[in-house]
Amino acid sequence: MEFALTDEQVMIADTVRAFFAENATSERTRAAMEGTGIDRDLWAAFAGELGLAGIGIPEDFGGAGLGMVELAVVAEAAGAQVAAVPLLGHAMLAEALVRGGTQAQKEQWLPRLASGEAIATAAWNAAFEVNDGAVSGTIAHLPHGAIADVLLLHAAGQVWLVDLAGEGVRRTAHVTMDQTRPLATVTLDCTPAEVLENGAAAIDGLHAGGWICLAAEALGGAQASLDRTVEYAKERVQFGRPIGSFQAYKHRLADMMVEIEQARSAVYWAACAVDEQAEEAALALHAAKAFCADTYRMCAGNMIQLHGGIGFTWEHDAHLFFKRARSIATLYGDSQWHREQVAHLVMGDPA
Amino acid sequence: MKLGFSKADEAFRSQCAAWLQAQMAGPFADIRGIPNLVSKIERRREWEQELAAHKWSCIGWPEQWGGRGATLAQQVIFAEEYARAGAPGRINHIGVELAGPTILAFGTEEQKARFLPGIAAGTAIWCQGYSEPNAGSDLANVRTKARLEGDEWVVNGQKVWTSLAHFSDWIFVIARSQEGSKGPKGLTFLMMEMDQPGIEVRPIRQMNGEAEFNETFLTDARCPADSLIGTPGDGWRVAMGLLAFERGVSTLAQQMGFRNELDGIIAAARANGKDRDPVIRQRVAEAEIGLRLMRYGALRMLSNADHSAIDGAALTYKIQWATWRRNLGELAMDVLGQDGEIAPGAEYEWPMLPNLFLFSRSDTIYGGTNQIQRNLIAERGLGLPKEPRGDL
Repeated sequence: MEFALTDEQVMIADTVRAFFAENATSERTRAAMEGTGIDRDLWAAFAGELGLAGIGIPEDFGGAGLGMVELAVVAEAAGAQVAAVPLLGHAMLAEALVRGGTQAQKEQWLPRLASGEAIATAAWNAAFEVNDGAVSGTIAHLPHGAIADVLLLHAAGQVWLVDLAGEGVRRTAHVTMDQTRPLATVTLDCTPAEVLENGAAAIDGLHAGGWICLAAEALGGAQASLDRTVEYAKERVQFGRPIGSFQAYKHRLADMMVEIEQARSAVYWAACAVDEQAEEAALALHAAKAFCADTYRMCAGNMIQLHGGIGFTWEHDAHLFFKRARSIATLYGDSQWHREQVAHLVMGDPA
Repeated sequence: MKLGFSKADEAFRSQCAAWLQAQMAGPFADIRGIPNLVSKIERRREWEQELAAHKWSCIGWPEQWGGRGATLAQQVIFAEEYARAGAPGRINHIGVELAGPTILAFGTEEQKARFLPGIAAGTAIWCQGYSEPNAGSDLANVRTKARLEGDEWVVNGQKVWTSLAHFSDWIFVIARSQEGSKGPKGLTFLMMEMDQPGIEVRPIRQMNGEAEFNETFLTDARCPADSLIGTPGDGWRVAMGLLAFERGVSTLAQQMGFRNELDGIIAAARANGKDRDPVIRQRVAEAEIGLRLMRYGALRMLSNADHSAIDGAALTYKIQWATWRRNLGELAMDVLGQDGEIAPGAEYEWPMLPNLFLFSRSDTIYGGTNQIQRNLIAERGLGLPKEPRGDL
């Protein structure tokens, strides 16, 4: 038992933090928001120079062969800058394939994911039909769905992989509140799809990859909301004092820190539990997703309030955090749903 | 980063679990599961001494002083198994977790030899004399006076909220030893024997009907001149160093008690059908998540004990658990409904869950109120400027 990052994990954390802080600047993120929602150069550097797009992918397939803790470290750093990168779908597909794909499927997709070349998206609660290896249906609310190369669908214990370069694919990009992760609707009309060999394992994988990624992003975003507001609280003077010296103000910052420290425990507990295949992994994942999403919403909301008028402007970055927090809260199960899963695990279903 | 325990640690777990469970099923069955720190005190003194006889009373201490020099993982495991076996709250937790570590850290070799064996043996029960009627949240505003008279300190003043003073053998106090000094300067940290004419203890009845804490009056109370830790006037530093020990491994044992309370609520909800209420289910899930995060927060804190990066995070622990438990008390009563408002017997005495509801109102006050905690987090954890004092 050693619930602290190893020296190697600390090194990764330092590297990715510096990378995103330096490169995922407000200007570049805003440029991506005007375009497809992805900073292609940033993503290419992340995959190429850092070699981290394949973080959880085995080395045989061109990845780094690391675990959920390292994924969390990376997603936390990306979230802290609201970086416009398609890490989420990436983490879900990689983990689903590693756990549930055939050798051929792994060979086809994992190297392309590890190189950052393929962009992935995944559906939640989608209704679709599969006939003779072709899938039809309207799949809504897909992050980066307008430009993704591959789509993951799951229902009834099975997972399908849809190459979006295939036939019968129509995409509708939406103006999305969080422009750093725009949503799209993808309509499939008899589009070829492959089923993953081990559906149950693949579903566990896409859940773990997705929820860890979102929870860690939320942690990074919440911490950044706090850090930026603390800076402001020390600089801004009213009534002849820095506003951070007033208890009405500093107590809200303290409350943010209390939640954030719990969120940090949640993310790394869940990541470790998944890596160690602990019995409580499912509970930990639901706990982490719900707790971190709620923490981020609270912190990003406070960030706006505690900055006053400037926090409400388009120019200030507070709204990027606030909108990302909102989208995380809803993606892949809202907090009420995740808490009901926890209730089910600890108290069962009512008689 | 790793959560699992090693094989050797699991073997240690079996060893202490077996001993603890045998004690609680056999010779000490009559004090199994007592949640408070006020009843059956004589039996619980015997229990402290039984722990000591088998070297389980302070396993984290060095072997030289009656401990086992246990690793962090072993301390975590023992705390968990202690609570799992239903062993009663440690009536000497102030001695083992506060006084002892302070003496180990700041005391002279002579003081270690004089005080540590009694604590380790469970024969010297300690209490803490900090708060006063005018030194609550503003703890440094201590007015109790200490003056050196020949080879003795003579102490006069009043302490309040002195937990367990009515059966303690020793008390550590902070008292003002420099005439005219103010605030944290000029205080001295003294260790005094309770059994003397100059110390009078009056129990205070709490809102739950029990009397766990006291007023302690010091009237020409005395202790030998070498009973101070540190130097005269240096008491605040010692007292603050001691607060750091309050967030040790014992938090994990405390959490096992919380586990029992939450399990009690879940059982009550199943019994009366409240487990079908989706709002109650959400709140149970929130409580479960909060409790798990407390555990992993504590493990993170302990695993990082040598790193300064975690210091800010450790500041958040008190308000976190206190607020969680206060909410748990509310949840307990919402699950129990009016049944929770009726005492089972003829006395004003409450079973676990209604007592939790009442007692947890003190959790967000003692040891630094939630408001003081927020000041500490903001000022020490986040580096925000202090609120100016009104009297300096």
